[in-house]
Amino acid sequence: MLVRSLATFGCAIALGACSTMGGGDASRSAASSPSSASAADGPYASTYERFPGRPTALVGATVYDGAGQRFDNATVLFRDGEVVEVGQGLATDGYDVIDGTGKFVTPGVIDIHSHLGDYPTPSVQAHSDGNEATSPTTPEVWAEHSVWPQDPGFSRALANGGVTALQILPGSANLTGGRSVTLKNVASRTVQGMKFPGAPYGMKMACGENPKRVYGGRGRMPSTRMGNFAVNRQMWLDAKAYAAGNRSRRDLAKETLAGVLDGDILIHNHCYRADEMALVMDMAKEMGYKVTAFHHAVEAYKIGDLLRENDVCSAVWADWYGFKMESYDGIPENASLLWKAGACVVIHSDDENGIQRLNQEAAKAQAAGRRMGLDIPDAEVIGWITLNPARAMGIDAMTGSLEPGKMADVVLWNGDPLSVYSRPEKVWIDGALLYDALDRKRRPVSDFELGQPGEGDVK
Amino acid sequence: MMRRALLGTAAALALAAPAFAQDFTITNATVATGDGSEPVENATVVVRDGRVVAAGTGVSAPAGAEVIDGTGKWVTPGIFSAVTDLGLSDVDGVSESNDEAAGNSPFSAALDASRALNPNSQDVLVARADGITRASVYSRPSASIFGGQGAVIDLGADPEMVTRTRAFQVVDLGETGARISGGSRTSAHALLRNALREAQQYGDRAAIGAATARPSETRFGDDVPLDPRLDGRDGERAGDVLLTRFDAAALVPVVRGEQPLYVVAERAADIREVLKLKRDFPRLDLILLGASEGWLAADAIAAAGVPVIADPLDDLPTGFDQLAATQSNIGRMRDAGVTVAIGRMSGGTGEQPRNARQYAGNLVALTRLPGATGLTWGEALATITSIPAQIAGFGGRLGTLASGATADLVIWDGDPLEVGSAAEAVFIDGIRQPTDNHQTRLRERYRDLDESDLPKAYDW
Repeated sequence: MLVRSLATFGCAIALGACSTMGGGDASRSAASSPSSASAADGPYASTYERFPGRPTALVGATVYDGAGQRFDNATVLFRDGEVVEVGQGLATDGYDVIDGTGKFVTPGVIDIHSHLGDYPTPSVQAHSDGNEATSPTTPEVWAEHSVWPQDPGFSRALANGGVTALQILPGSANLTGGRSVTLKNVASRTVQGMKFPGAPYGMKMACGENPKRVYGGRGRMPSTRMGNFAVNRQMWLDAKAYAAGNRSRRDLAKETLAGVLDGDILIHNHCYRADEMALVMDMAKEMGYKVTAFHHAVEAYKIGDLLRENDVCSAVWADWYGFKMESYDGIPENASLLWKAGACVVIHSDDENGIQRLNQEAAKAQAAGRRMGLDIPDAEVIGWITLNPARAMGIDAMTGSLEPGKMADVVLWNGDPLSVYSRPEKVWIDGALLYDALDRKRRPVSDFELGQPGEGDVK
Repeated sequence: MMRRALLGTAAALALAAPAFAQDFTITNATVATGDGSEPVENATVVVRDGRVVAAGTGVSAPAGAEVIDGTGKWVTPGIFSAVTDLGLSDVDGVSESNDEAAGNSPFSAALDASRALNPNSQDVLVARADGITRASVYSRPSASIFGGQGAVIDLGADPEMVTRTRAFQVVDLGETGARISGGSRTSAHALLRNALREAQQYGDRAAIGAATARPSETRFGDDVPLDPRLDGRDGERAGDVLLTRFDAAALVPVVRGEQPLYVVAERAADIREVLKLKRDFPRLDLILLGASEGWLAADAIAAAGVPVIADPLDDLPTGFDQLAATQSNIGRMRDAGVTVAIGRMSGGTGEQPRNARQYAGNLVALTRLPGATGLTWGEALATITSIPAQIAGFGGRLGTLASGATADLVIWDGDPLEVGSAAEAVFIDGIRQPTDNHQTRLRERYRDLDESDLPKAYDW
């Protein structure tokens, strides 16, 4: 009962998001628009095409569909890159049957906040490509122009974390950091070969300490939180003037901002403190845009009601706290309290290690809630790392759950994904088997790792 | 029902704020002693006068002592957080509150972490609530390749944190040490060797006798004798010295092998160079920190008898010194016969100290992956209990439920290596510890968002 009412509420969020975001619809075509709000069109377009896959039936596993449902002893069918059906006792004629007895199936894990590729390993200065920290507002930069497809971190996220899609964001040195890019976690020689077809662009913004520290430290604006807002507001006023005027004159910064004002580009706003999130939501109203998600929202639990009313997701860690002043009030119950308030919960990583364990992070957040009396079903918790991030990234019509017709982004876990003892056994992206723990050659090894000690190791 | 009873007890005890050890017996629990063995069901743990009397099956509860029903619970030694920053900062990113490194200090080896400890740091309170009872803490090498003298501490709710001051010295001989020392590993090695020579000469002239130099096996506390020159007398030395007399004096017990030297090294080649130090300084008591490529030099580490405090789940080539990093590192070193603890977990992000349990659980998960090398459950627990205690010099006394060991123990609501489990009761020196902190207070305030009567600020 509880599940159903929450799931309904989730749909309301999704509809609300879709109606304002728009970009999730693959039928959208904006090829002529210079704001090029989708990765499928415009410059640097996605060249990704799914790899060949076999019609596959996963039989006998426990299935979490990502949309809040659990199926015991179920069958998952997918072929031609798409989910066909999930249910009990389905016919498997024409499918390769994989015995899932004792195992679990979920949609591919999605990380809404990653810097893989733009802060790749090795973490040497020459690879520091995530912050264009030379001006507090750089909406003109695009994260995809920094992504190094050979970052070994992509393979770890796939093999250990079951991550099939992820959003790469610019860093948080700037108030406005630039465009994000959503990727399929598929090894490619080019970033275009990883770009998620039809995914809308996002734009990174940041509250609080980082921008004022970076620029205040150089004796320039902003050096305070009030300075943060002043710079942002002026940026939006200038963008509104541009958007209302003649857009034919190319201006990279303004094109991205106009895309936000048009509702085509989604705002992902790094923001820790509750009071600042409330101010940002008002700034969005003042300027006529929408915040899709607050990231690192460690104090979101203080304003779950406001976040619900404003239809803003909170992307959070399970337990990070106290590593900087604005994270001092982080508590492990954050995600569960948001859930209780009926607000949208996403578990994110912002970390090349954490992205390998988003399932465990979700489980920790769930357990913290359980200890304070909030019993959140496992099937909903899986949604925190699958369908909810997909919604906030505007790709939920294509992936994030195992509903028929969606991309066959699927993880077969060797045990309960909410247990520390479980790992992905197989991972499919668009129906193609791209990781198999039982086949040592079925794992990506980046160019960087060839000829190095540990090439092709289990990692 | 059981949980309610336990929590009720906890609340009563917290109010009473006992400063004395209780005698109690935990019955019917799943007990793991921390020595590498697997957990045993329906077991009993007897605690008296702050020490473990017995733990296991076939142990009967002594008459008169409080009995805690452990049905459905797990009991283990308290977690020992090896080489961490607990107590040395309030907020990592707030430099005013942060004593984790002394980047502008004129001193190096003489820095003494025990002087900067704050038992009221929220990091300490949060870690204690999650079952961390002891730790080794250090000042991170920053101005010098030496971090200074680390301490072994307890996390008990009392003013005295120090179990053993000046318990070990830390030096960085990896990429970071090379940059600090002047830009090259060559410089770091020259600096270290010069420092040890100076300390050797300085120690030869020391007024303290060798007989007093060895810590008593049973003493806790200030075990390493203090060189009188640390008091400021007798500052004269021959020319050509780089170390201040404080720093030189601090290294005397290191070069004599009386104080362990923790050496940061990740690359296999760096590890092998560290092991070679014993040729020139045979009395060094070496312990490796990091060792992400330890599996490539595991036989040499094992042959040298050098224990490792490893980063548990590193599997990325974060630098060119850990291209071969893999989560199987610890398991492979174990297979080669190396003594390995999990450590260097600090701060408030993914590697915060309380996540050591989760990381240990991940090492167990590896046993189910073809080609990977993991640990048994018992071995994994040992990497965060008995082994770090043993490396810190407290084998058999801390991090274990062996008879006679200090009664640092935790009652968990489930398998402590599982992500969903948490500590229900934490004992240090046999004393039940309070587990409230800033986080639990915030949680209670924001259970609901109702401000119809008064602002949230009145809800406390």
